[in-house]
Amino acid sequence: MLKKSSFILTFVVSLALLAGSALAAPPIKIGGLFAVTGPASFLGEPERNTAQMVVNGINAAGGVKGRKLELIAYDTQGDATKAVQAANRLIKEDKVAAIIGPSTTGDTMAVIPVVERARIPMISCAAGSKITEPVKKWIFKTAQNDGLAVARIYGDLKRKKISKIAILTVSDGFGSSGREQLKAQASAYGIRIVSDDTYGPKDTDMTAQLTKIKGSGAQAVICWGTNPGPAVVARNAKQLGLKLPLYMSHGVSSKKFIGLAGGAAEGILLPSGRVIVADLLPNSDRQKKSLLAFVKDYQKHYKAEGDHFGGHAWDAIMLLKGAIERGGENPAAIRDQLERTRGFAGIGGVFSYSPSDHAGLTKDAFVLVEIRKQDFALVK
Amino acid sequence: MHIGQQIAQYLLSGLSTGAIYALIGVGFAIIHNATGIINFAQGEFVMLGGMFTVFFLTVLNLPLLVSVILAIAASTIAGVAFERLAIRPMKNASPISLVIITVGGSILIRGIAMLVWGKDTHALETFSGNEPIQLGEATILPQHLWIFAVTTVVIICSKLYFNYTISGKAMRACAYNSRAAGLVGIDVRRMVLFSFAISSAMGSMAGIIIAPLTMTSYDVGVMLGLKGFCAAIIGGMSSGLGTVFGGVILGILESLGAGIFSSGYKDAIAFIILLIILFIRPHGLFSKGDTERV
Amino acid sequence: MTKLRSFLKHEMVKFILFTILILFLPLAFKGGYLLNVFVFVGIHTLLAVALNLLLGYAGQISLGHAAFFGLGAYASGILTATHGQNPWLAMAVVAAAVGTLAFIIGFPILKLKGHYLAMATLGFGIIVYIAFNEAVELTGGPSGFSGIPNLSLGGFSFDTDFKNYYLIWGMTLVTILLSLNLVNSRIGRGLKAIHDSEVAARVMGVNVRFLKVQIFALSAVISSIAGSLYAHTMTFVSPTSFGFNFSVELVTMVIIGGLGSIYGSFLGAALLTFLPEILRAFQDYDIVVYGLLLIFMTLFMPGGLVRGIPALVGQIVSRAGAGSKADA
Repeated sequence: MLKKSSFILTFVVSLALLAGSALAAPPIKIGGLFAVTGPASFLGEPERNTAQMVVNGINAAGGVKGRKLELIAYDTQGDATKAVQAANRLIKEDKVAAIIGPSTTGDTMAVIPVVERARIPMISCAAGSKITEPVKKWIFKTAQNDGLAVARIYGDLKRKKISKIAILTVSDGFGSSGREQLKAQASAYGIRIVSDDTYGPKDTDMTAQLTKIKGSGAQAVICWGTNPGPAVVARNAKQLGLKLPLYMSHGVSSKKFIGLAGGAAEGILLPSGRVIVADLLPNSDRQKKSLLAFVKDYQKHYKAEGDHFGGHAWDAIMLLKGAIERGGENPAAIRDQLERTRGFAGIGGVFSYSPSDHAGLTKDAFVLVEIRKQDFALVK
Repeated sequence: MHIGQQIAQYLLSGLSTGAIYALIGVGFAIIHNATGIINFAQGEFVMLGGMFTVFFLTVLNLPLLVSVILAIAASTIAGVAFERLAIRPMKNASPISLVIITVGGSILIRGIAMLVWGKDTHALETFSGNEPIQLGEATILPQHLWIFAVTTVVIICSKLYFNYTISGKAMRACAYNSRAAGLVGIDVRRMVLFSFAISSAMGSMAGIIIAPLTMTSYDVGVMLGLKGFCAAIIGGMSSGLGTVFGGVILGILESLGAGIFSSGYKDAIAFIILLIILFIRPHGLFSKGDTERV
Repeated sequence: MTKLRSFLKHEMVKFILFTILILFLPLAFKGGYLLNVFVFVGIHTLLAVALNLLLGYAGQISLGHAAFFGLGAYASGILTATHGQNPWLAMAVVAAAVGTLAFIIGFPILKLKGHYLAMATLGFGIIVYIAFNEAVELTGGPSGFSGIPNLSLGGFSFDTDFKNYYLIWGMTLVTILLSLNLVNSRIGRGLKAIHDSEVAARVMGVNVRFLKVQIFALSAVISSIAGSLYAHTMTFVSPTSFGFNFSVELVTMVIIGGLGSIYGSFLGAALLTFLPEILRAFQDYDIVVYGLLLIFMTLFMPGGLVRGIPALVGQIVSRAGAGSKADA
C-alpha cells in the first residue's frame, strides 16, 4: 500500500508541474545536463550558469523568432546512472527539443544511446574526442578536442627542440583523455615520453612523482589536470627546485589557477581557449566580439570570471539558437540546421559542422599563453 | 639525481603527509575510544578548519592568529552541535546505524559548506614563507615544520591528558566499559560530548595547518578523513604513538609507491598493505588487542 | 508444523501480491521516464537484497559492495564487447568468478569485526575502484567503457526500457523468492544466530565462519549479476558508478528500508533511486536534504521504513498532543 501511495504522490506532483507549465504560452524547451555537484562541478556549475544567463538574455531580447526559450537543467553529479535517468526525464517527461551537455565525457558516452534512440539533437560540453569520432547522427560537441591542446604544446616543444618529456596526468576523465592524446601524438613530433605518471584528483602532495621526474632526464614537464591538483604540482615543483619548463593543460586556464599557485605559477605555459586573453586579441580576431560579450555578461551576473568551460555552454546555446532560427523547433530540423552551421565565431573557436565533422573546430581554437607577473600573456 | 637522493625525498615527503594523516587519525581514535563510534564526519572537521580560516582571513580580514583561533572555536562548536543533535539522541543504537548517522552528518556538513562557501578551491598563505629548506638530500617547506610541531604537541598533550588528568582517565574508563564508568559516578554523556569537542578541535587544527600546502575546498574532507581513518586503524585506534606510526607508515608507503612502483596504483598499494595488516594483526600493528568488543 | 506452514503461506501471499504489483506497475507509467527509473529500482533492489543477506541477516557490514557490482558490470562488458562472448554465458561465468573471489577473500575479511570489517571492505572497494580507473587498456579508464550490447534471447533483443523492466524484475523477483526461502530455512536461522551472538551460534553447532563466508560469496554473486544486468541495460559503464559513495548508498538503502527485511530492501532501493527525482525541486540544496534525511531516518526510524512507518503512525495516534521527544 505504502509503495502505491508514494507512486501516486510522485505522479500527482509531476502532473501538477506539467499542468502548471502548460498554461503559459509554450516556450521552446531545451534540456540541460550538467555535473553541477560532485567532482566535476568545476565544469558543470559555470556551464549551467552560463546556459541560464544566455537563455535569459535571449528571452529578454524577444526570444527566438518571437518564441521564448526554456532551459530545463538537471544535475548529473558526474554519475553515469544519474545522467541516463535525467536524460530519460528530459526526453520523455519534459519533451525537450534539444539537449546541451553533459559536462563530462563519461556522462556523455552514457547518454548517447538514449539520445540517439529518441532522435533528439544533443550538443555535448565535454572534450573527449570519442564523442564525435566516429560521427553520430544526433550528437555534436562544443568543447575543443584534447588532441588540439596537445598539438599546441607539442608544436611549441618542437620549436624549442625538446624531445624528452615527462607527463603527469590526473586520474579522472579529463586527465586520462589528455594522457591518451599525449601518448598518441608524441612520435609525430619526435617526442619521447620518458616518465609517465598520474596523481589522484584529491591528492595533496605530488613531490614523489616530481622527484621521480627530476631523476628521469626529462627536458620538460606536462601536467594535465584541473584545479587544484596542478597548483599543488606547481608549488611542489618549486619546492623541489625543479627548473624544467612546466606546461599545463587548458584545464587550468582561468585566473583561479594563478590565485591558487601564487608565485609558483610564474613562467608556466599552457594552451587555452581565447577567453582568458580576450582583451589582448587584435580587433581583427573573429571571436573577439563574442568573447568580450561573454566575459562582461558573466561578470555582471555571477560576479566571477567567466571561463572557457562556461563558454562551452554559451556556444551550445548560441548554436542551437541559430539552428532554431533557421529551421524551427522540430528536433530533426534542429539537427539538420546544426550540421549546416558554418563559421560561427563563438567562445571556444570558430565552429563549422559538416556531416563528417560534429566537433567543428580546428587547431586554431587554442592559443598558447604564458603566466607572467600573475597574468596571462599571449605567446607568439 | 641519483636513486639515494630520490629515496631521501620520498621518505621526507612521506613523513610530512604521514604526520597529517596521524593528526587526523588521532581525532578518530579519541572519539572511538570514548564512545566506540567511528565518526565518518571526522574529515569534515578537517575541512571546516581550513575553510573557516580562509573565511575569517579573507572575508572578514582578521589577522592570521585570530582567524586560526576563531576557526578552531567554530569547528569545535560544530562538533559539539553534531554530537548533541545527531549522536546523543541515538540511544542503544547499533554500530551500523551509528556509521550511517555519521555518514549522514558528513554529507550534511559538506553540503552546507558547499552552499555557504561555494565549490571553489581556496589557497591560504603559508605561515612562514615559501623558501624550501634543504635537509640533507631532500627538501621540505617551512610549513612542514609547522605540521611536525603541531602533531608532536598534540600527541604529547593527548598523552598527558589521558594519563594524568581526572577527565582523561574518566574518558578512558568510558572506553573500557561505559556502564561501569557510569556506575562509579562518571558522567558518560559529558565525556562523549567532550570527546567530540576535542576531536573536532584537533581535526580543524589539522585542516588549518595543511591548508597552505594542499589548499582547501568544501570536499577535501572525504579523502583526508579516509586516510586518517586508515592511519588510526593501522595504529590500533590508539590516541598516541600508535596512530602516529600508522600515519607515517601510510604516508611513506604512498610516497614510495608513487615514486618507485606506480603513481596510479599508489593508493591501492596503501590499501593492500592495510588489508594485509588487518588480516595478520586485526587490532593494529601496535595494540595488544585488549580493547576488543564483542 | 502448522504454524510454520501458515507462516510460509503468509509469505507466499505477500510475494504473490508483490509480484502482481511489479508486473502491472508499467501500466501506470505509460512509457514515461518513470519506467526507466524503475528499471534502476529493479537493479538496486537486487543489490539491496544481496547486501541485506549479509548485513541484515548475518549482521556483517560491507562498505565495499559496489566493487562486486562493478566487477560484474565491467567483466560482462569486456567479455561481450571486447571479446564477443555470449552475454548470458559471460554473466554466468563472471558471477561464478566474482563469487569465487568473494569466497577466497571472505575468509580473512570476515574474521574481522565491527569497524575493522567496515575498514577492510572499504579498502577492498577502493582497490577495485582504483583498478577500474587505472587499467585503461582493459576498462577504458575514467571516461568509461561503451559499446556493450543489449541482452538478447534468440532474435529478441532487450533494447527498450519496457523489455528491460521485465527482464530485470524477472531476475529480481526470482532472487527475492530464493532469498525468502533461504532466510526461512535452517541456514537463515543459523545466520540470525550469528547476528545475535556468534559465540552462542558456535556453541549451538553452527559453523559460523563457513556460513558467513558462504553468505558473503552469495551476496557477491547476486551483486555481480546485478552488475551484468546494469551493463547490458546501460550499454555503458564508468568507474564513478562503483565508488565508495555507491557502497554507502547501498548500505543506506538496506538500513533505510529495514535491516533483515527483503521487502524493506525494495522500499529502500525505491526511495534512494527516486530521491534524485524528488530532490530536483531543491536543486543545489539536494545534498543537504540528503544528509538531513539520512540523519532523520536513522534517528526516528531505526527499524527502517518497513517497520518505521507502522510504528510512526502508531506513535502519532497514541501520542497526539503529547510533548516532544527531543530529550528522550
